[in-house]
Amino acid sequence: MVKVAHLIPLFPFLAFAVNIFFGRRLREASALISIIACGISAVLSLVVFQGLQAGEGSYSLGTWLFLNGKPLNFGVTVDALSVMMLLVVTVVATLIKIYSVGYMHGDLRYSRYFAYISLFTASMLGLVLADNFVMLYIFWEGVGLCSYLLIAFWFERPAAAKAGLKAFITTRIGDTGLLIGILLLLFSTQTLYFSELKNIAGDDWILTLAAILIFMGAVGKSAQFPLHVWLPDAMEGPTAVSALIHAATMVAAGVYLVARTYALFILHPLCLEIVALIGGISALLAASIATVNNDIKRVLAYSTISQLGLMMLGLGVGGYAAGTFHLMTHAFFKALLFLCAGSVIHSVHTQDIQKMGGLLSKMKVTGATFIIGTLAIAGVPPLSGFWSKDEILTAAWHNGSPVLFWLAVATSFLTAFYMARLIFLVLFGKPRSEMHPSESPKTMTVPLIILAVFAVFAGFIGSPLMHHAFQEFINEGHGGEVVASGFVIGLSIAVSLAGIGLAYLFYVLNNKIVPSGIRAQFAWLHQLLLNKYYIDEIYDAVFVRPCMRFCDFLFKFDAVVVDGLVNGAGAAVRAVSQVLRWVQTGLVQNYLLVQVLGVILFVLTLLGKLCFRF
Amino acid sequence: MIPLGFFIAISAVMFCIGIFGVLTRRNAIAVLMSIELILNAANINLVAFNKYLGTPDGLGQIFALFVIAIAAAASVVGLVLIIAIYRHGKSVFVDEYNLMKW
Amino acid sequence: MFPLLSSLIFFPLVGALLILFLPKKNESLMKWVALAATGAVLVLSILLLTQFNYHNVQMQFVENAVWIPQINAWYFLGVDGLSVALVFLTALLGFIACVASWGIAQRVKEYFVLYLLLMTGMTGTFIALDLFLFYIFWEVVLIPMYFLIGIWGGPRREYAAIKFFLYTLAGSVLMLVAILVTYFTANPHTLNMVELAKVAPAFDFHLQVVLFLAFFVAFAIKVPVFPFHTWLPDAHVEAPTPISVLLAGVLLKMGGYGFFRICFPFFKDAAHYFALPLAVLGVIGIVYGACVAMAQTDFKKMIAYSSVSHMGFVMLGLASLSATGFNGALLEMFNHGVITGGMFLLVGVLYDRAHTRELSQFGGLSANLPVYAFFLTICSLASLGLPGLSGFVGELLSLVGGFGAFPRLTIVATFGLIITAGYFLYMLQRVLLGPLNLNCAKYSDMNGREIFTLVPLVVITVVVGIFPNTVLKFQAAAIQALVSSF
Repeated sequence: MVKVAHLIPLFPFLAFAVNIFFGRRLREASALISIIACGISAVLSLVVFQGLQAGEGSYSLGTWLFLNGKPLNFGVTVDALSVMMLLVVTVVATLIKIYSVGYMHGDLRYSRYFAYISLFTASMLGLVLADNFVMLYIFWEGVGLCSYLLIAFWFERPAAAKAGLKAFITTRIGDTGLLIGILLLLFSTQTLYFSELKNIAGDDWILTLAAILIFMGAVGKSAQFPLHVWLPDAMEGPTAVSALIHAATMVAAGVYLVARTYALFILHPLCLEIVALIGGISALLAASIATVNNDIKRVLAYSTISQLGLMMLGLGVGGYAAGTFHLMTHAFFKALLFLCAGSVIHSVHTQDIQKMGGLLSKMKVTGATFIIGTLAIAGVPPLSGFWSKDEILTAAWHNGSPVLFWLAVATSFLTAFYMARLIFLVLFGKPRSEMHPSESPKTMTVPLIILAVFAVFAGFIGSPLMHHAFQEFINEGHGGEVVASGFVIGLSIAVSLAGIGLAYLFYVLNNKIVPSGIRAQFAWLHQLLLNKYYIDEIYDAVFVRPCMRFCDFLFKFDAVVVDGLVNGAGAAVRAVSQVLRWVQTGLVQNYLLVQVLGVILFVLTLLGKLCFRF
Repeated sequence: MIPLGFFIAISAVMFCIGIFGVLTRRNAIAVLMSIELILNAANINLVAFNKYLGTPDGLGQIFALFVIAIAAAASVVGLVLIIAIYRHGKSVFVDEYNLMKW
Repeated sequence: MFPLLSSLIFFPLVGALLILFLPKKNESLMKWVALAATGAVLVLSILLLTQFNYHNVQMQFVENAVWIPQINAWYFLGVDGLSVALVFLTALLGFIACVASWGIAQRVKEYFVLYLLLMTGMTGTFIALDLFLFYIFWEVVLIPMYFLIGIWGGPRREYAAIKFFLYTLAGSVLMLVAILVTYFTANPHTLNMVELAKVAPAFDFHLQVVLFLAFFVAFAIKVPVFPFHTWLPDAHVEAPTPISVLLAGVLLKMGGYGFFRICFPFFKDAAHYFALPLAVLGVIGIVYGACVAMAQTDFKKMIAYSSVSHMGFVMLGLASLSATGFNGALLEMFNHGVITGGMFLLVGVLYDRAHTRELSQFGGLSANLPVYAFFLTICSLASLGLPGLSGFVGELLSLVGGFGAFPRLTIVATFGLIITAGYFLYMLQRVLLGPLNLNCAKYSDMNGREIFTLVPLVVITVVVGIFPNTVLKFQAAAIQALVSSF
């Protein structure tokens, strides 16, 4: 038995160390180091996959710390879920690093970029392999750090610096919930190992609370409502980073966490309902915002929130395999879409889709792969998105309440609509501003093509055509999937096509069919969506500014009251002496008078005592 | 023989006059003289007690001599200080000197 | 046997005497002598670490000699798991701060004499096992510190120095009374701290409460615990950089060490009685310190308030009266010394260039000071408790310990983590990120000496973060013994 799983995060980490310390001397070679390290990890992941098939499992590397007298190990989880994630992360990361060679070419901090992204890969792989909550938390924060560093990568822009801060703090709020959840779990069950979660019995309310708090961490990381506000702003980072971190891998960590601790959730229907509901709300909310946004990256960011919401919904209605399946397919097609967007931005130097148009003729590879990605996410059969979304809809149809099902359907419809709108505005029609587009270099287009292949075919492994091989694998042999009904499949295809069709009507036939009266009536809705439901503004007014004001108040309190008491004590001593000093008249006869009086008093006292004695 | 009480009485009167003088006289030289009165009141006591109650070795009288000598020395120092302070402030009235207040 | 502990105390003292006799002109020689003395202490402390047997819960390297037989005071030194890491921390920061003192230009002789005297006091506090000796070292620290702040400090140095001195002295006086009462209550009268740890727990409960409170005030001022903290921002801000490093890195630990060595083992019933109030004060410290730090515009003052917040974790861990919490508290003290020492060095680096600490005067420094940006980022991340760096482990253990005893309070404490992340990242944003502030365009990056001072601290931060057992193994057995006696 070859234990190599723990080496998988090690290689990217070494690449990080080399790049951060010798980056300036390495220059272009830093990219190569990073890519090779990631490639080795990908190969090792395949080895581990083979090992898993051969029956190998998790193992431990030794004790990290003793918590309450119990050892907490550096453990490595090797099971279907982690191996699936390993493969997805390493493959996508390798492709995106290759893409970055072209995309980041000539950047001032080229090697720094590859250092950070290698560190991210290492942390992400560590997160996937962690076998207990504390290890997971460590890498969880590690990916958060890399996310922060990479969002604020072009730190000269104030917006990027702000976005980094916002991302870190928002996710940290969720992480604090996760930490409290971990503590609750530790004290109620005495264990922090994922493998022991199945053995937890009972429906203690503390466990329910713990599960909800753990989910809070997932909400922060996966940018679910109400902690979704950081993800759109995170688009200030380089697009390749958005593709890797804010679309394919890190944001999926929240979904992964729920899947990893599924045993805990499944104990309590309430927890699953919350997961599903939050997922559904996020999905619809983000999808609706995406329909009006004009920034190519932000549309994709909202789309990511929406798709992650769908995964959560899938998990919440009991579709463990459905949620994880969508996680995998989404990683490929969303990475593809972001990289296409990056390619477009690289070429036309703007992110405003109102200024684009007609790019398909100038950028054939990018355009074609962009369309493939769009069809995949829109759920057009037989591309990958269709199969996984169908699984989620099926799970919702069978197990969830009708509300959840229709939330998912509405999201599917909106997804098809806004994605079609995006490509119609970007690729078709006529250029709406002065642009000189040209196809991106090979290092960028080749990863696009490879990812497009994945986007097309990755779905088949979970389709009836391959007898639900993915579901078999992820469920580790047990728990058969519900077979999709014709109604659900039909509805799914119908809403996809309807969405694309509607977008065609609106944006290719150029609005002519909608009477202006109706448009005017919906102007308020358009405004509401354009302003993202004013959630940022509400948070700012309700949380951020009051918090800052409270801090300022406390500072004043500290200076005036707490320190005032201290200085007051000093001042009080001085005040007393101010009074007492008047005794000191400086006139020698006064002193003598007091002295004589004192002697007389003394003598009288003595006499009094003597009198009493006799 | 004059009874001891007479000596004690005269000594007490002198002491009180001395105290009164020290506390009330404005002139520093008068204060110094009053202090001499107090010391001499003590001397009378010493000598009288030595005569009536004391041992033959005359310890009390010796003590009185010491007091006289030291009082002389103290007066010298006191007068010098008064002269110094007079040169400084053109006055020997004690109530005009409160440099050491507060 | 070579008197290792005595030499730890007396090497700096000999160095100080030597400097006194050096000609006034030869300033660089004085610096080298001071460096040699602190360097020797560092080498000896490393020797101490390597020779230390961390399975043994007894006092080690004991030196015991009659000193003042009339009051049964002994020259009694020794280390155990509670103090050994702190001795090393003192030696390390003493050496580093000595290197950082190279830039001192005025009254060099006095500075280094006082500096070495301070070293003696700090080291002595951690290794004295006789209450009388302990008290003397405790007070020896005060006087050099008073002058070091008051002469070489910033614009409000006199105010800060006097405030520091009087505040700490007020606590010390209470401690002196408590020492006397303890001495006379113990039968036979003894000042031996090891003996007292066996005898004092049997004291009458009400007496214990009073004595605990007296010691508590003395130590709480030093730590500082929430309402007693206001001397700290003033003293930290006004002190010169190396002295801030020692102030935050070592002096605050003397208070925490006092809890570990005196308050808790001596007065166990009182410790149980006061556990909840202590935890409340700790949690208030965590959240309150973080909030006030958030409101700062002065870089150094922000770090000073962050110390209040971090020491709150120490109190929380202590109050939990559990092995995990104690381990966390002691580890947090060590980590805080390393990390915050580094932070103050970094503030000093910037101050040397800008002659201001207003955060609004900086911006975009990542662009022209990449090395500085690297160190500042790592120290900030460690300070805000990022896993993988040392700050996290101490906080985690304190929180786990605290959660076992006071779940609700600990949940409140975790909110401090969010705010902590907030103010550190906000600081990074204002200093390192954004467009380059034109005032800062001419600043040079860190020089070799500055890098030299920070590298050991960062290395320790990373190593302890990844392998916390490097520190925990020294203290685990001693803490287990302490906890099992509760």
